[in-house]
Parts: sequence; C-alpha cells; structure tokens
Amino acid sequence: MASLWEYANPVKFMKTTGWLLPVTAVLAAVSVVTGLIWGFFFTPDDFRQGSTVKIIFLHVPSALMAINAWAMMLVASLIWLIRRHHVSALAAKAAGPIGATMTLIALITGAIWGQPMWGTWWVWDPRLTSFLILFMFYIGYIALWSAIDDPDTAADLTSVLCLVGSVFAILSRYAAIFWNQGLHQGASLSVAPGTRMDWSYKGPLYLCMIGFGLMFVALVLAGTRTEIRARRIKALLTRERAQG
Amino acid sequence: MIALLIRDLRLAFRAGGGFGLGLGFFLILAVLVPLGVGPDPTTLGIIAPGILWVGALLACLLSLDRLFALDFEDGSLDLLATSPIPLEGVVAIKALAHWLTTCLPLALAAPVLGILLNLPGPAYAALILSLLLGTPALSIIGAFGAALTVGLKRGGLLLSLLVLPLYVPTLVFGAQTVTRAAQGLDISTPLLLLSGITTGSVALLPFAAAFALRINLR
Repeated sequence: MASLWEYANPVKFMKTTGWLLPVTAVLAAVSVVTGLIWGFFFTPDDFRQGSTVKIIFLHVPSALMAINAWAMMLVASLIWLIRRHHVSALAAKAAGPIGATMTLIALITGAIWGQPMWGTWWVWDPRLTSFLILFMFYIGYIALWSAIDDPDTAADLTSVLCLVGSVFAILSRYAAIFWNQGLHQGASLSVAPGTRMDWSYKGPLYLCMIGFGLMFVALVLAGTRTEIRARRIKALLTRERAQG
Repeated sequence: MIALLIRDLRLAFRAGGGFGLGLGFFLILAVLVPLGVGPDPTTLGIIAPGILWVGALLACLLSLDRLFALDFEDGSLDLLATSPIPLEGVVAIKALAHWLTTCLPLALAAPVLGILLNLPGPAYAALILSLLLGTPALSIIGAFGAALTVGLKRGGLLLSLLVLPLYVPTLVFGAQTVTRAAQGLDISTPLLLLSGITTGSVALLPFAAAFALRINLR
C-alpha cells in the first residue's frame, strides 16, 4: 500500500519527482501559454475597461498562488514539526521565495491595472494592504531561513514563525477591513449561482489559474530537489574532510 | 517567579539597563514629527493618534533585543531553563518586566506628548486606556520575536523585520481607538478587539516563545 509518507524518504522523493517535475513543468507551460494567448488575443475587450482588463489573467492567478503558497508552507511546517520529515521542511523553504514573488507579481500587476482604472497606482485598500503585509511576512520568513546556519534549528524556528505568522496574517486581514473600506472589487470568481463573468473570460482565467498552480508545484519541486542535492553535497564534503 | 521579576526590574533600572531609552526615543519622535510636518495645529491634531501609537510601538521595539540576549550570552538563560519554573513562565515574566520598564512609562508619558501634538481633548482617556490595554501584546509578541532570534549575531535588525508585521493588528486597533475618540465616536469596538488581541497573545504566545527558546538552547 503506497502511502503519502513514503515521499518523506529523500531517495523515493527524488526518484518520483525526477519524472514528475518535467511533466508538471511542461503542463504548466502549456496551460499558461494557451491561457494567456487565448485571453489576450481571442477574448473580446470589456465594454468599460477596454483591453486593460486582460491583466486579470496574470493578476488573479498570481494572487491566488500567493495565498496558497503560504497555506502550503503552513502545512509543510506542521508536517515538519509533528513528524520531522526533512523533505517537508525543505519544501517549505523552497516555497518561501516563490510565494513572495507571486505576491509581488500580484501587487505590481494590480498597480498597473489600478492606474488607468482607479486613476492611482496604489490605495490603502484592505486587499492591497493585506497583500503588502503578506509580502512582509514572506520577507521575514525568508530572512529567518537565511540567518540561521544549523539547518534543523532553522527549520524549527521558521516553522514556528510560519504558524504564528499565519494567525497574525489573518488577524491583519480583518484589521485592514476594519481600518478602511476598500476600492477593490469583490471576488472575481464565485461558485454561487448567477456569477457575473462570461465563459470567454472564465475559460482562459481558469486555464491560467491551473497553469499557475502547476507552475508553483513545478517550482517547489525544483527548489526542493536543489535543497536535497545541496544537503547531499554538504554531507559528502563533510565525510571527505573527516576521512582526508 | 517574583524573584525573577524583581531581578529583571532591578537590572533594567540600574545604570546601563537601558531604562528610559524608549521613553527618550518616544519624546524625540514626538518633537521631530511637527518639525517635519509643519506646526499647523489642525494637521497635527489629525495625525497625532497615529503618530503616538507608531511612536510607542517603535520605542517598544527598541529594547526588545535585550530581552533574552544578555541572559543568553552569560548563560543565565540555561539556568533558568533548568530551573523549576516552566520556561513559559520565564518568558511571561520577562515580557512583564519589559512591559513594566518600557511600555508602562510610554503609556503614562503619551498624554504629555499628546499636548505637544495638539491631540483633541476627548482622546486623552482613550489614548492612555488603549496603550495600557494594547502594549502588553506588543511586549509578548516582541518576546516571541526575541526568542526566535536570540542565538543570532546581529539579530536586532532581523527581530524588527519579524516583529513589525506581527504588530499590524495591534497598531490598527490601538490607533483606531484613539482616532475614533478624537472624532467623538464610540470606541468600544476597537477597544474590545484590542483587548482580545492582547489577551489572546498573552495566553498563547508564551508557549510559542518557550518552544523557540528551547530550540535555540539545544
């Protein structure tokens, strides 16, 4: 019976991801490229926003992954704290910079979109503010990883930071809503009946979201593999020095 | 535990303990802001609640890196970790000592600085109340950050990077309390939320901080 925990074994993990990584990478590239081309060239312009609206195909998926990357880090940190699987800690480490980049993409595309639509690059809107705060959390998390030499201590401390940070990130989200009612529109997609978006937009948007998700998986796998290899090199060097 | 509290307080009050450092910083900030913004009383009155809260927060941050670092360096933290008091209790006591020596003076000095910044009349009570209720959260969150970075060289800068995002909710609700009071609005909602954050942090964060300390002492 194959269990998820088998992948806690680095050898097994490397073997499986050896073929999984190229597959997800290719699938991600295909869906992002198709989604973007479909969205940019084969979708009619919005009757009020013109073609500016098409930045949504980058903005929404990156914002989605910015939050999901943190959620993935949270789960990986919990697995590390509870079951002490090194692969899990390394995956959380790999997800940090990717999540931070996604947050930055969401902020920048949002600013580019907001400039013609709202007439300003930046407003202190709850959604924008909470994303900026999320970005600061990512920066702190990455900084703590890079500041500590011992890998196990670093994994422990960053995991605790991730747990506590999650609680405060959610608190900040609600504090920001309390602090200022916003300019940002509501959720773009909803499972509730009577959604406002036409399929000519929803199709490429879903495709881009899937593509960004796959891209995130591929990048995390690549990052984790790099971290595992770096650990192995370190171990080999230590062994060689001990013998030499 | 009381002996530990008295020891920490004594260390802070004596020469070189850094007592008054935060207070001095707070004062200088309150003087610098009008110099930067201009002396117009209405403008100052509008920004005063936010400035006072941000100032208190930064002043509180200033002394955080000393919270565990000195005891970590001379080894007394190891002794405390093996003492009969649980480490969670040690963290709570140290945060309490930090609050008594740094934040309580800030809360008491804030109204005086409020006069300098032309804070509207009805906001003074709310200012003291919100600082008294909110700053314990700043101390205990700071203790968690200090516990994370205690083993690091140059941990001070990293500490601010880690702790400042965690301060966001406290700052928002604290400053909102004073702003609303200045506008003559009802302050109970932000004040209750602020107290909620404080009580929640005081109840839970000593455990997280003690966990981080144990890792760093390993």
